[in-house]
Amino acid sequence: MEIKLTLNGRPVTDTVEPDTLLIDFVRAHGCASVKRGCETSNCGLCTVFLDGKPVLSCSMLAARADGHAVQTLEGLQEEAADFVGFIADQGADQCGFCNPGFVMNTIALLRENPDPTDDEIRAFLAGNLCRCTGYEGQLRGIRSYLDSRKGGEGHGA
Amino acid sequence: MITIQNYVRAESLEQAYELNQKKSARILGGMLWLKMAKNTVGTAVDLSGLGLDTIEETGEGFSIGAMVTLRQLEQHPGLNACTGGAFAKALAPVVGVQFRNMATVGGSVWSRFGFSDVLTLLLALDTTVELYKGGLVPLETFAAMPYDRDLLVRVHIRKTPGRVAYEAMRIQRTDLPVLTCAVSDMGGVRAVIGARPGKPVVLRDEKGLLAGGISKESAAAFAADVAARVPMGANSRGSAAYRTHLAEVLTRRCVLGLGGEL
Repeated sequence: MEIKLTLNGRPVTDTVEPDTLLIDFVRAHGCASVKRGCETSNCGLCTVFLDGKPVLSCSMLAARADGHAVQTLEGLQEEAADFVGFIADQGADQCGFCNPGFVMNTIALLRENPDPTDDEIRAFLAGNLCRCTGYEGQLRGIRSYLDSRKGGEGHGA
Repeated sequence: MITIQNYVRAESLEQAYELNQKKSARILGGMLWLKMAKNTVGTAVDLSGLGLDTIEETGEGFSIGAMVTLRQLEQHPGLNACTGGAFAKALAPVVGVQFRNMATVGGSVWSRFGFSDVLTLLLALDTTVELYKGGLVPLETFAAMPYDRDLLVRVHIRKTPGRVAYEAMRIQRTDLPVLTCAVSDMGGVRAVIGARPGKPVVLRDEKGLLAGGISKESAAAFAADVAARVPMGANSRGSAAYRTHLAEVLTRRCVLGLGGEL
């Protein structure tokens, strides 16, 4: 079947199988930041935006994205650049495999809530699993970025 | 991983219903549970083009489309205002934001999952489901019905005066619950216990233990009565005995959470 969607602002038309998953579709179109992780809709590695909302591309049919706008980290580099240095400075990426999903969901968090508390950050990012860090590094990095925006010291970038 | 031979974005409820009459057809909700199945689906029927993704609020209640996501329920100001924030409390621990942006109320309610936080909460409210052929059915009746080939179109919640409180126990945040509990006093007290691990059950205050109002003693008596009446089972998350203990604790907390006189 044929689907038409916009991928990172670019119109894409392609033929897919009825059970092609969105993760396989976007990876086939050059978006390698989208990672396959748990396969049980739990880890957040495969996070993409569908019409601006973060969703799990490992659990969505490509056919369902027909007519919609899909964004991956490849299309959000500028928005991510604001804060990823702060996360890196905290050593929060370690192996780095979970990083694109974390960055995508952090973008979603900051769009919805530009000044979150630590508990709000933890709650919003609860669907992103990291097996290296224990999550404190990511939290410190985001907090440092938020503090720097308020004119505080920040600790990175 | 599930195999799908044909995908149709339905253009009408009638078309979706007709397609769904074949045993090999499946209606797609959020697909989060369905995609982990290993069977083959003949036709996957997608309701996402039918405008069932909105919550409509009137003076009498809420009409919630089957494709409304758990995230929409969690964030809806009207639903939370009417339930003291119970929707946000019940749904925020469900995996992550991305998951809740996909999981639908129709998928959760139709599937009648034992572990469903949203089903437990909805059973404590004055809720009916709207089936395409079956019409309006009280949720408590629907929860006990066998699966058939009808369509769940909407979920309706009446704004019945009263209060509701929700509690759940998880081994850790984002995991499935070990036990869920909701207590309401909307035209009589009812307690709902889910994740037993079977489907949620509804229990009423048949002995009138709360008839004299809520106090520490009456809450404890009602909680003990509920815990003694709920059939429990065991799974990897907890034994039946542990769940019985949790039922008493969570019911007591919910009753005290209602607060004040009944």
